[in-house]
Amino acid sequence: MAKTTTARGPELERAGLSDEQLTAILRNMLLQRQLDNRGFQLNRQGKIPFALGSEGHEAVQSGAAMAFRRGRDVLVPYYRDLGLALGVGMSPFEILSSLFARQTDRNGGRQFPNHYTNHELGVASISSIIAGHCTHATGIAAAFRYRKESGRAVLCPTGEGATSQGEWHEAVNYASVHTLPIVFLVENNQWAISTPQTMQMRVANVADKAAGYGIPGTVCDGTDPVATYRAVHAAMERARSGGGPSIVEAKCYRFLSHSTDDDDRTYRDRHQVEEQRKHDPVPRFEERLIAAGIIDAAAAKKLRNDVLRETNEATDAAEAQPYPAPDTLYTNVVAGDYRPWQE
Amino acid sequence: MTATEQQTGTSVMTNVEAVRTTLHDALARDERVLIMGEDVGSRGNVFLITKGFFEEFGPERIIDTPLAEASIVGVAIGMAMEGLRPIAEIQFADFIYPAFNQIVGEAAKTRYRSNGDYTCPLVIRTPYGGGVRGALSHSVSIEALFYHVPGLTILAPSTPADIKGLLNAAIECPDPVLFLEHKKTYRSVKGEVPCGYYTIPIGKADVKKTGRDVSVVSYGYNLHQALDAANRLEGEGVSVEVIDLRSIRPMDKTTILESVRKTRKLLIIHEDNKFGGIGAEISAMVAEEALFDLDAPIRRLCGPDVPAMGYALPLEEEFMISTDAMVEAMRSLAKF
Repeated sequence: MAKTTTARGPELERAGLSDEQLTAILRNMLLQRQLDNRGFQLNRQGKIPFALGSEGHEAVQSGAAMAFRRGRDVLVPYYRDLGLALGVGMSPFEILSSLFARQTDRNGGRQFPNHYTNHELGVASISSIIAGHCTHATGIAAAFRYRKESGRAVLCPTGEGATSQGEWHEAVNYASVHTLPIVFLVENNQWAISTPQTMQMRVANVADKAAGYGIPGTVCDGTDPVATYRAVHAAMERARSGGGPSIVEAKCYRFLSHSTDDDDRTYRDRHQVEEQRKHDPVPRFEERLIAAGIIDAAAAKKLRNDVLRETNEATDAAEAQPYPAPDTLYTNVVAGDYRPWQE
Repeated sequence: MTATEQQTGTSVMTNVEAVRTTLHDALARDERVLIMGEDVGSRGNVFLITKGFFEEFGPERIIDTPLAEASIVGVAIGMAMEGLRPIAEIQFADFIYPAFNQIVGEAAKTRYRSNGDYTCPLVIRTPYGGGVRGALSHSVSIEALFYHVPGLTILAPSTPADIKGLLNAAIECPDPVLFLEHKKTYRSVKGEVPCGYYTIPIGKADVKKTGRDVSVVSYGYNLHQALDAANRLEGEGVSVEVIDLRSIRPMDKTTILESVRKTRKLLIIHEDNKFGGIGAEISAMVAEEALFDLDAPIRRLCGPDVPAMGYALPLEEEFMISTDAMVEAMRSLAKF
């Protein structure tokens, strides 16, 4: 995977990533930021009822997505994984179809936005129940193991709040007992809606819990996509080669409210948010790539323009789609025709 | 147990043997079938249903899980989403509550929420019901807690032949199935079972005894008592039709209505609590569809509305419906 850099300027820690891969990470971060903003804008314009934000998670998710092998691995994401969904191949049109709840949404307009599903790409359907998806991820990893499909792994992200749930514990424990190929990625943005990390756990790091399951736990800088890539890549490789599960905790920060229905001013000091904004991972990574000579300022500007155009086009295209037909309410309850009272 | 499945004829077996042979043959037939749960491995499950499976099929297919019901079901959901055919066991139905979210919030909605992108062909087997001195936490009926949920199939067969046909159908079903086995019938009920592979369509009730004066709808252990009661009343000239519901959801409206329109009287018997039980739904359906075909008010004979039967024998007997009570209910309804 590693490619010798032709870049000039200061040495960039790249964890074996090529210039193209590093640029793709930046592009994904910019696209994620753009789509995030679009969701909140559309909500403020009254065009969509709800959106979830992932600002501050761009580095974690774009780095982790680079460790995902399309066509092999399975992602069981949670609702704040926009950058992972994009990074593993979902399109802005799919994302916007979901925001607008149009018939072109994979879920057929049934789920809240940001509940990604794409079986072909290996993005497993989830509900909104926190950590409910973690045992499914473990089960998918168990299926890989049962069929002796080595070289495949499952990536199961959550926030740090999810690690308080029994189902997260049960999923990690089961995966550990059965040495399953799975990585539990904890995107620790320090807030579960209004509850800070200190009210979720008495340990400094979620990764510290790994010892209790007898598996490795690592902490990485979730504001640095290369650091996240390095940690997730190592854990995924370990899983793929039969080494079993691990926990990777990426420390980051949630810049936006939990959702468009949440006002974080009711529980969070603005000063804290402003301080964190100074370390915004998106411009920081762009500056790093420019400083290392991997892209120049003009190329960076073009990337930004490209993702804005792509977002605009996807917005228009998705908005123009029809809503799902009302009678689709009755489909896919079970296979075939659904009749509550069988004839 | 031999691995060879006899293809013709019938053999006599108990309910528990029917569960066991059906599971065995499913494992032998289809490599996608796995069994997982607490103590299903070398112990062979607490009722010895999977005894010998571990040695025959190995630890990869007969999986002893950690003692954690949410993950037994949740992990099985992931396996099912990935194309396997897991059969997850909850050791006693009363232990299913920690898995409630996985069954109701996740399994039952997987197909719906993804608009068919992902499906969940999963069977959850669990022994339920009382009369075995199981006390509060080993005797509960759970069907009414789940039958409200669209997307979930609930089966409760009562005879060995029905167990085999419906368990095979459940394993074939592309959606999640909750498969209920009444503990008291495990060894007390015996019957002829056709050899070879067969399925019984999900959603079809079975008229176990025809009659003309009263229709009785029941399932589980009560079904066998209802048949005994009906047979006792034959000597008195009272002719009772006994319908074995078998499939709680989907429910066989047609068979119930046809019977009620013939006898014009309906008695529903189930061990589960009366309030909000399956009988409430059947009553409402019959009232909506066939009120003016009735010659008597619909009657329900059900478990009392207390949390569970007690361990002390008088408390258990007070909870369980006696065959005598069934005879009396049928007789008085016939005379109405």
